[in-house]
Amino acid sequence: MEWESVIGLEIHAQLSTRSKAFSGAATRYGAEPNTQACAVDIALPGVLPVFNEQAARMAVKFGLAIGAQINHRSVFARKNYFYPDLPKGYQISQYEIPVVAKGSLTIELDGHERLIGITRAHLEEDAGKSLHEDFHGMTGIDLNRAGTPLLEIVSEPDLRSAKEAVAYMKKLHQLVVYLGICDGNMQEGSFRCDANVSVRRKGDPKFGTRAEIKNVNSFRFVEKAIEFEIERQIDLIESGKSVVQETRLYDADKDQTRSMRSKEEAMDYRYFPDPDLPPLVVDEAFVREVQATLPELPDARRARFMSQYGLNRYDAGVLTSSREMAEYYETAVRESKGDPKIVANWIAVELSGYLNLDNKDIAESPVSAKMIAGLVQRIADNTISGKIAKEVLEAMWAGEGDADAVIAKKGLKQITDTGAIEKAIDEVIAKNTAQLEQYRAGKEALFGFFVGQVMKATRGKANPQQVNELLKKKLAG
Amino acid sequence: MFKKTVAELSRALASKAVSSVELTQLFLDRISKYRDLNAFITVDPEKSLAQARAADARRAKGEAAALTGIPVAQKDIFCADGWLTTCGSKMLSSFIAPYDATAIARFSGAGAVLLGKTNMDEFAMGSSNETSHFGPVRNPWDPTTVPGGSSGGSAAAVAARLAPAATGTDTGGSIRQPAALTNLTGLKPSYGRVSRYGMIAFASSLDQGGPMTQSAEDAALLLGVMAGFDQRDSTSVDAPVPDFVAALDHPLKGLRIGLPKEYFGDGLSADVAKAVEAAIAEYRKLGAQTVEVSLPNSSLAIPCYYVLAPAEASSNLSRYDGVRYGFRAAEYKDLIDMYCKTRAQGFGAEVKRRIMIGTYALSAGYYDAYYLKAQRLRRLIAQDFEQAFEVCDVIMGPTSPTTAFKLGAKSDDPVSMYLSDIYTISVNLAGLPGLSIPAGFDGKGLPVGLQIIGRYFGEERLLNVAHQYQQATDWHRRLPKGFD
Repeated sequence: MEWESVIGLEIHAQLSTRSKAFSGAATRYGAEPNTQACAVDIALPGVLPVFNEQAARMAVKFGLAIGAQINHRSVFARKNYFYPDLPKGYQISQYEIPVVAKGSLTIELDGHERLIGITRAHLEEDAGKSLHEDFHGMTGIDLNRAGTPLLEIVSEPDLRSAKEAVAYMKKLHQLVVYLGICDGNMQEGSFRCDANVSVRRKGDPKFGTRAEIKNVNSFRFVEKAIEFEIERQIDLIESGKSVVQETRLYDADKDQTRSMRSKEEAMDYRYFPDPDLPPLVVDEAFVREVQATLPELPDARRARFMSQYGLNRYDAGVLTSSREMAEYYETAVRESKGDPKIVANWIAVELSGYLNLDNKDIAESPVSAKMIAGLVQRIADNTISGKIAKEVLEAMWAGEGDADAVIAKKGLKQITDTGAIEKAIDEVIAKNTAQLEQYRAGKEALFGFFVGQVMKATRGKANPQQVNELLKKKLAG
Repeated sequence: MFKKTVAELSRALASKAVSSVELTQLFLDRISKYRDLNAFITVDPEKSLAQARAADARRAKGEAAALTGIPVAQKDIFCADGWLTTCGSKMLSSFIAPYDATAIARFSGAGAVLLGKTNMDEFAMGSSNETSHFGPVRNPWDPTTVPGGSSGGSAAAVAARLAPAATGTDTGGSIRQPAALTNLTGLKPSYGRVSRYGMIAFASSLDQGGPMTQSAEDAALLLGVMAGFDQRDSTSVDAPVPDFVAALDHPLKGLRIGLPKEYFGDGLSADVAKAVEAAIAEYRKLGAQTVEVSLPNSSLAIPCYYVLAPAEASSNLSRYDGVRYGFRAAEYKDLIDMYCKTRAQGFGAEVKRRIMIGTYALSAGYYDAYYLKAQRLRRLIAQDFEQAFEVCDVIMGPTSPTTAFKLGAKSDDPVSMYLSDIYTISVNLAGLPGLSIPAGFDGKGLPVGLQIIGRYFGEERLLNVAHQYQQATDWHRRLPKGFD
């Protein structure tokens, strides 16, 4: 029996506004508990919410980036439930009319592209945190996070495997970070995921009963949680049982999901329009204004890099993986005035190697785009060879200065003076008369040996092309 | 001196006939003397006198405004920094507000003295002031009767001249009905006219704060301070605040008064009807014309209101959960038990009743039948007024179907209590300004209120119409026996 899994994701992206969604308190992460919770956040009697327009700007930006319809009038609603870290006893969210309606996102997996539908994206506020560990027999409440703006992005049930789900999640992550509306920090909970998973027999037009896996906060765990859940559901059905609609939690330590609450226990949130907040009105002028701030999006930029700079798909992908990376590359191309493909290679392969090794972001690279440009220029003008350039980059990464400084300090300047190279060749030939005879007797493979010896004698600095030409002549006699 | 209106006291202060400290002390003494009325929950003479001294100093520097040095009693629904702010509930019986409501801040800014916090129905839910955790308030006109509610403490305080003026809040009639039952001028402004920030929410889409005073002129003075856009309240309207006092003197000639036939039918007591008709006759003498209008959906106002207001209240009152501030039950087994016991013990019966009604109305499966239907009715009720105002400038009728009723008379019958607001509730649903002014007395000597309803943001005209009547009559200057 062939099974097909059907997955939809709900992603909560924390919007990187300076102040909260409905109050003036700061949103900075990691402050002392309850130091970033004002009267509105702790829901004192009499306080009222005032919507942060910056959050609307960010939501609209996202909507435009996924080609979605923007609702010109969306409505804030109250989602009512009791929990100690929910100060008002309700969360302000959007229910019937979200700010962002239907859109889509193209994902790529194993070289295939697929269009994934996005049902909606709506604005809401985050709750605080309950701290169970540090207090004996008590629960601590930290309301710093309460009221932080979130964009909840709901996908259609278009994803068909755990890998596709992860590809979608990564693409969305890249996009929100690209747009500058979310810092994407998953450890700090800025980008969280709930997954709706069901299975059905291949070809069955009906969806199976789904389970919702709550709050999975890394790409790896999303993949593992969904894979576990798919297996669990298939096993259930194949053994004659059925899947129950429920909310489940993923336990990363045990690599399994377990039931949190069933549909019967599901809460009635008693949504209704928040009478403290007028509808969010986003007019054409506002949309146009936001449109003007939209950066070139990752897919478009990748395509442009391929056509404008002649890059292959892979390099173009690496170089557009983040906005900073793309800007780094284009700065390096501009500064070096050199071959964009060579510049791409130095960044996508060589520099990326160092970044990965030290687990650094391009923004944290000790080698700036200008420095990479300088390095490429020195290769182009034959000051150094490509091989020496790798040595120079290593020194640059270690903080020893730009290419010129490293070359000067280490005496790495390429030898292009014909006389000097000829002198080195003469010495090598003089020391290796036996090999010379063999070569002249027809063992041409020894040419490489001579090249190596000359390079060694010049400590790699001789211009390899010149060495080749001159050596050929001298060896011929 | 205690019988003077705010306008008169303002002139007395300006002429140095009296100081703010003297005035404040005078009213503090009266509050103490008539404490059996139970009009106040909190008085703090030190704080009030400190404000009075500051007001006198401000006046000495020549920087006094109209209300500088005037003691004003504040309904205990307004948060005032450093003051116990209970909202009439055990839930907040030890809650000291750490900030000022916008209305309180504006009174302070004008130099007014906070004379004390007045008693009220718990969370403003009631029409008799009997649901207060701090006990009922007595009506100075007859201490065996109620002063109305929910702003009953403010009403009794001004009626007995324990304060020259007070504030109230009105969600379904809570300013106008007690004003009618205690012979005061009480104005519920248009929704959005006065900031709700710091005014503890009952039903957010209906609540409005406003003045309860001895005269329309005083109401104009107080409204001038309270009104205006507040960026902390997203439902407040960014419109200029007119000079309400300057508009008082317009002649009434040509005024078209609409008389809704639905307001003069069954359920209206004969004494009230007689007084209201006499007041309308007086208006005709002042040059006004009357025209019959119809508000056909009036009978639906009470059911509509008792879905919407409890629905909003059920959510607004969720924050009183014993977690962060306010009352928490002494003993509980776990979190759910803490919530249940805290809310069972912290809220009174009427509040619990409304939380249950509201929770039910918003529940899955009932939302469309109750909440959505009530919202549609609300629009119909607002349209009734729009149509009526096509042929008239103001609408007049009784404020309350009866005069003050006996303490305990309706306590066990919520529906008959709800009917006390039958003429006032639709005004809140439509967001319009409404005002009650003294219009005479019934056979037992209890005051009757005339309600005047105006166009949206038409407070200027409303106060003008009330003032002209008060220039021709003296009902509003009458004092209850024993307090004169």
